[in-house]
Amino acid sequence: MKHIFNKGYWADKDIQQLIGKQLRIGVVTASVLVFIGGLIYLYRHGGELPGYREFTGVRAGLDSFSGIIQGVRGIHGMEIIQLGVVCLIATPIIRVALSAFAFLLERDYLYVFITLIVLGVICFSMVGELAG
Amino acid sequence: MTILAFTLILLLGAFTAGMLGSLTGLGGGVVIIPLLTLVFHVDIRYAIGTALIASIATSSGSASAYVKEGITNIRLGMFLEIATTTGAVIGALVAVFMPTNIVAIIFGCVLIFSAIMSFKPKANNVNEEDTSELARKLRLNGDYPTPAGKVGYTVHRVAGGYFMMMFAGIMSGLLGIGSGALKVLAMDNIMRIPFKVSTTTSNFMIGVTAAASAVVYLQRGYISPGLCLPVVLGVLAGAFGGSKLLVRANVSKLRLVFSVVITFLAIQMIYNGYTGKL
Repeated sequence: MKHIFNKGYWADKDIQQLIGKQLRIGVVTASVLVFIGGLIYLYRHGGELPGYREFTGVRAGLDSFSGIIQGVRGIHGMEIIQLGVVCLIATPIIRVALSAFAFLLERDYLYVFITLIVLGVICFSMVGELAG
Repeated sequence: MTILAFTLILLLGAFTAGMLGSLTGLGGGVVIIPLLTLVFHVDIRYAIGTALIASIATSSGSASAYVKEGITNIRLGMFLEIATTTGAVIGALVAVFMPTNIVAIIFGCVLIFSAIMSFKPKANNVNEEDTSELARKLRLNGDYPTPAGKVGYTVHRVAGGYFMMMFAGIMSGLLGIGSGALKVLAMDNIMRIPFKVSTTTSNFMIGVTAAASAVVYLQRGYISPGLCLPVVLGVLAGAFGGSKLLVRANVSKLRLVFSVVITFLAIQMIYNGYTGKL
């Protein structure tokens, strides 16, 4: 396993290509999930009336990761769309994590530190009970 | 109007928004909020959540193309992301206490500013003199490839740029937009970076900044799957189509038309905010 931390194993160009590929995979996965979920949602609810004039917040289960997973298991269209949205949000966050790895390979510890601060801020907003 | 009709019309609107956004460089998210609130009468809080997701989609989609070319200054982007992500979290927190009509007025002002900025001639800052101690310590100076070989550049006024970025982050978190215009302002005018580098680096930062506040908005119930469905698919398809068209289109004329349209939308947002309709 040690060789994966060796710079020779990952040339700088490879890691940049990996990041480019990861972004594409993230966006494509998200779109496919949104599309599939959308078909199910429209098939079941397409004839109903949209209600976005008054803000009530989304219904329970769509605002937390555990709720979304539960809905996806039950093949609910809305939760599958929401899982795609979560994939989309995760895409740039994973990119930051990969960049930390890239800086580590370059032995650029200052930037490993800076990248970890950015990740820390995002993690704080995720788990910091900021929803109010 | 049924959900099916609503979704299909919105899909078409988002497609157009994504295409115009990518052709003019203003991003797809910026038109989504007026489209949803003024045309579809969606509550501005749902519109903000949806626009955030749209800007993550376009930023990540186009960034995958830029990474390969080596123009993006990843160090500079990462350093400034400390400012934009903390700003985004502050913006998302402030949004709870901010009346929605004030949000609409601020949004209108930022929109007008973005339209004006898209017209400003881009100064291609190339300077070799190394004036910032901090830029040297943080190794922010870089180079980018051109047909004539690599061109080096230096970064100026790092602290000023950092605070401008924090402001851009707050706006992004508060309004749900990428605030690309504010980011480019910080990098072009304050830090004096060549515009090719600032545009791609700003795009690199938009996704990360938006993700920082999107996780808060998701838990707050602002992000609705029924709206994300047409908007995400429409904006992505539009941005992709726009980048294919970019080679042939008369961009300067298009930019003029688009800027007039968004200025008009912005005035309407401000008016509706002022009269308390939004």
